[in-house]
Amino acid sequence: MEHYVPILVYTLVAISFPIVALSMAKVIRAGAPDPVKAEPYECGVKTPTVAFDTRFSIRYYLIAVLFVIFDVETIFLFPWAVSFDRLALFGFIEMMVFLAILLVGYIYAWRRGALEWA
Amino acid sequence: MPEPILQLLLIPLIKIVVLLVVVLLIVAYLTYAERKILAYMQVRLGPNRVGPKGWLQPVADGLKLFVKEDLVPGGAEKLVFMIAPAIVMVPALVMFAVIPFGEPFQIAGMTVTPYLADINIALLFILGVSSLGVFGIILGGWSSNNKFSLMGGLRSAAQMVSYEIPMGFAVASAVLMAGTLSMVGIVEAQRAAHIWFFLPGILGFGIYWVCGVAETNRNPFDLPEAEAELVAGFHTEYSGMKFALFYLAEYANMMIVSAMAVVLFCGGWLPPFPNLLAGLWALPVLAWIPGAFWFLAKMSFFLFCYIWFRGTFPRYRFDQLMNVGWKWLFPLSLANVMLVALGVLLLKG
Repeated sequence: MEHYVPILVYTLVAISFPIVALSMAKVIRAGAPDPVKAEPYECGVKTPTVAFDTRFSIRYYLIAVLFVIFDVETIFLFPWAVSFDRLALFGFIEMMVFLAILLVGYIYAWRRGALEWA
Repeated sequence: MPEPILQLLLIPLIKIVVLLVVVLLIVAYLTYAERKILAYMQVRLGPNRVGPKGWLQPVADGLKLFVKEDLVPGGAEKLVFMIAPAIVMVPALVMFAVIPFGEPFQIAGMTVTPYLADINIALLFILGVSSLGVFGIILGGWSSNNKFSLMGGLRSAAQMVSYEIPMGFAVASAVLMAGTLSMVGIVEAQRAAHIWFFLPGILGFGIYWVCGVAETNRNPFDLPEAEAELVAGFHTEYSGMKFALFYLAEYANMMIVSAMAVVLFCGGWLPPFPNLLAGLWALPVLAWIPGAFWFLAKMSFFLFCYIWFRGTFPRYRFDQLMNVGWKWLFPLSLANVMLVALGVLLLKG
């Protein structure tokens, strides 16, 4: 456990870095507020758009769902890879079966067009 | 001073300070190197006004960003807007805690390790912490209340999660060969095997590197920032120190991806050609070269590749990017894990 203490201290230092940097900048930075400066960046549009209302493609959601499925799979791979020496042939066959099942899901998602972006 | 206090308190504190200073210094001069190398690739001179050959350019940039006015869009979600750059910056720094820069050395009768901690789940730690950065990017893009930022943030999130999967598979193939998740252990496994893992795992190495470039949103995968269409994407509205944090985090992440490539596939701090030149490295003249030198040299090579790509590759279109990630890299990396597992089984079993 004592290995994690330096990491914890370091994390706290890392967290304080942006806080210190932003507070220091707050003291010395220039400031000349102006209503025009508070407008969102636009290319010559008079009335600024409101991004909070913008609709975006459902595909982003699809990508997120696919990511959750396959990322859990990668996490499962790591303990298996570490103990692969001891699991030997049994572990190999087990994992191939697991990957084959996921591959079926992947092919299904592909065939149903979940991976198409256009 | 009694030994335990020295060992437990003082040395980690010194290491933390040194680590932060070194990382921030490399990041600062990486921005200078990038501008200079890009300039020479395009037959320009690059920054050359501040100090001899422009050496003080990063200092001038830092000062400028510090005193620059901090603009917050009127419609922005103020608190989230302020926290987002910190959410990107902190994980980028934290990951350096487990990067082994060299082998343990003796100083004043004590063994000092040139890394903060050698934990047995170092790789999981890095993969986990690196995933946190995407929150800051998507929150920064959303809270700006600007359509360009929102698009950039969404694109970035989709891209980072898509390329994280083949990257995880590629990393797993290196773990298969090493049999451990400890960064130090992986380098030691390469020393014991007398071969760096990029040779037997060339496919995994290639996949890792492509995904690493995509994860950091760099050319040719820099769609989230695409100047021509999205005017810098998720950080369109950021200025001053908040922008600087995004900027520093990007370069710190490049360093992490390069350092991971060195540790996982290129022998970490070991000198090059461990077999052919073993006799040469044992010579007294060369034996004193610290491992950290080799580590930093290899890392610099990968960082140079980043800049090289930016100077030479055109940008992908977004649908092409998703195709490459899901239809090419994903099955390839899956096949790679199976092949490497089979190879390890046949060789060791």
